[in-house]
Amino acid sequence: MSDRSAMPPAVSALAAGAIAVVALLAAPAQVRSADEFEVTITIKDHKFDPAEIKVPAGKAVKLTVKNLDATAEEFESKTLKVEKIIAGDGTGVIRLKPLAKGSHKFFGEYHEKTAQGVLIVE
Amino acid sequence: MLAALVIVFREVLEAGLIIGVVLAASRGVVGRGRSMVLGILTGIAGSAMVAAFAAQITSAFEGRGQELFTAAVLILAVLMLAWHVIWMAEHARELTARLRQLGHDVALGSRSVTVLGTVVALAVMREGSEVVLFLMGIVLQGAEGAAALALGSAGGLALGAAVSAGVYLGLAALPVRHLFAVTSVLVTLLAAGLAAQAVQQLASSGLVSFLDSTLWDSTWLLSEDSWPGRVLHVLIGYMDRPTLLQGVVYVATAVTIFLLARTRRTLETARAPRKVGLGQS
Repeated sequence: MSDRSAMPPAVSALAAGAIAVVALLAAPAQVRSADEFEVTITIKDHKFDPAEIKVPAGKAVKLTVKNLDATAEEFESKTLKVEKIIAGDGTGVIRLKPLAKGSHKFFGEYHEKTAQGVLIVE
Repeated sequence: MLAALVIVFREVLEAGLIIGVVLAASRGVVGRGRSMVLGILTGIAGSAMVAAFAAQITSAFEGRGQELFTAAVLILAVLMLAWHVIWMAEHARELTARLRQLGHDVALGSRSVTVLGTVVALAVMREGSEVVLFLMGIVLQGAEGAAALALGSAGGLALGAAVSAGVYLGLAALPVRHLFAVTSVLVTLLAAGLAAQAVQQLASSGLVSFLDSTLWDSTWLLSEDSWPGRVLHVLIGYMDRPTLLQGVVYVATAVTIFLLARTRRTLETARAPRKVGLGQS
């Protein structure tokens, strides 16, 4: 069995520090949700609905993904650098920084054949 | 079947590479095998837990839970890897000398292997939870060809293990006197890369939004999504479109570890200049 006391105290302290930093960062989360463009899409039968979403350029986007399937999905976009697990019957929130005009493909990694969509910034 | 193999392999690749490096970096230390196995098993158990609570983790902190959790895991791994490099700076000479003279493992640094075992556990947990969710999906769907999917997944896992073995054997083939110098550099860059990944997670959570302009775009040269890109991404933290903050954090992490290690090495040399150095000139 692992001997817990073998963990160096310095590392334990640093670990606690890391968790504290992350918790601190999480604290003001409520403050800055104003200027966001909100949009919701659903996943059903491993397809996105709507499969095409439009968002304004230059505005932060809060994309809520509702997964109505029982199985988990990984929402992924290479150009947006997003990889997010959405649990079965779960909801995930993806936050995007203000984007320039253009389009970004996204897909469900676990069902790439059917789960395809595009985000259009205009 | 091939799709399942590719998905699972993609997920286990990172853990596989990290295990290979860590195994090589802990050569010569008694108990490393046990520590690694324990790390992998703990990581798998952790994966199952994370997968089971995926919905709760995702919705925590106003939907930022997954990113913050991943960032915390990454930062923890960075600290442990940093600790290892610094520890190694102090003990590499002793370890090398004993490995060469005695040719067998030495009872030194059980702490070091505990730390590395924890890194392995964190790496397995992070990527493993996605594999667990994917496999659960296969089971839940009960789709036709579930057997083929399972077979593909097993293939993906086996390939991941092969990567670990490949990295380890490649590093283990190095002459002992160079081994720890190489693994220390590798572990330093690995840590810097993970720190940059943590930055990306925090940026995705929307909590860190400064210095977020793109530093460069080398997608045309080597995409992070290509296999070589993926391997380099894990091993040395290669990024095809890093943000300024990611670049800053990467460099700062690497430099900090390097300086701390050098300070330790200098202290060690000053304290016991000929402890094990005799006969090496």
